[in-house]
Amino acid sequence: MTQTPVRFGVVVFPGSNCDHDAYYVCRKLLGQDAVFLWHKTADLRGVDVVILPGGFSYGDYLRCGAIARFSPVMKEVTRFAAQGGLVLGICNGFQILVEAGLLPGVLLRNSSLRFACRYVNIRVENPFTPFTGECAKNEVLSIPIAHGDGNYFADADTVRRLEENGQIVFRYCSPEGEITPESNPNGSLGNIAGIMNERGNVLGMMPHPERASDAVLGHTDGRKIFASILEHVFSRTIPQLREEGDTVVVEQGRR
Amino acid sequence: MFRATIQITLRPSILDPQGKAVAHAVASLGVAGVKDVRMGKHVEVTFDGLTEEQARGATEEICKKLLANPVMEDFRFNVERVA
Repeated sequence: MTQTPVRFGVVVFPGSNCDHDAYYVCRKLLGQDAVFLWHKTADLRGVDVVILPGGFSYGDYLRCGAIARFSPVMKEVTRFAAQGGLVLGICNGFQILVEAGLLPGVLLRNSSLRFACRYVNIRVENPFTPFTGECAKNEVLSIPIAHGDGNYFADADTVRRLEENGQIVFRYCSPEGEITPESNPNGSLGNIAGIMNERGNVLGMMPHPERASDAVLGHTDGRKIFASILEHVFSRTIPQLREEGDTVVVEQGRR
Repeated sequence: MFRATIQITLRPSILDPQGKAVAHAVASLGVAGVKDVRMGKHVEVTFDGLTEEQARGATEEICKKLLANPVMEDFRFNVERVA
């Protein structure tokens, strides 16, 4: 039985700068299919997963992610998400998701007022998501951050809802997995590093898993996020039966 | 023509680290009596072919949908006739 490769769509906004990294991970490291989706397109080209990459879309003018939200491609991404399609927003991609209303809350300026660019530890709070299925509960991942506006904020009701629904997927933690103020690089409420929507098909995270996927860069914890996505997409693929003479051939069907 | 002058500020409940940094600088400057500094954005939008009422409505819509993020920001504006 042959596996149809998972097709990733990496959205490219003017000012995206982690698009090629994401593309590289999907294509070269995972051996899957990947296409770039220019921000002006309204055609997602049949992708299984949409990645909103890191960078500074539209120069971060107005607010991070505020202008990107109005791109033609985002209308399609919103529709795709509404149909249950997997959407992963990394860093600026996370900022775009909250501005677009696909995730609740907002990402404020880092409490330090400094751009933070270093490895951090994040704890997997919810391993039962399409993005973390290959991780263990409370597993600590070492993944770099690179942002000036990653300070997650939402009102108390929203945060309570996120907690109750298991929508908080990652929290900044110590190397031992403790949630401490010292391990919080940007002042995020509750050390929140990544959240998903209620349905569980849209994830936003500030750390960059694509920068911790190739062993040559020293860390490969980020690869678990991509491996989880693959596992999820493959598992929901319905095999197709086809008769070939007297034998029945099982083929990987469309997802 | 009408021009809207818009002020966007962080909501009172939101920490404003930039304002705090400026407040520290003000203290270093030696100016006494400064309790708090809050930073914000100033936007001017000029309308053509709209009545004052329409210009107000349009400004409201632009602020709500684009210029301010209601999770963290408040806005207020004035609309005046310009030559």
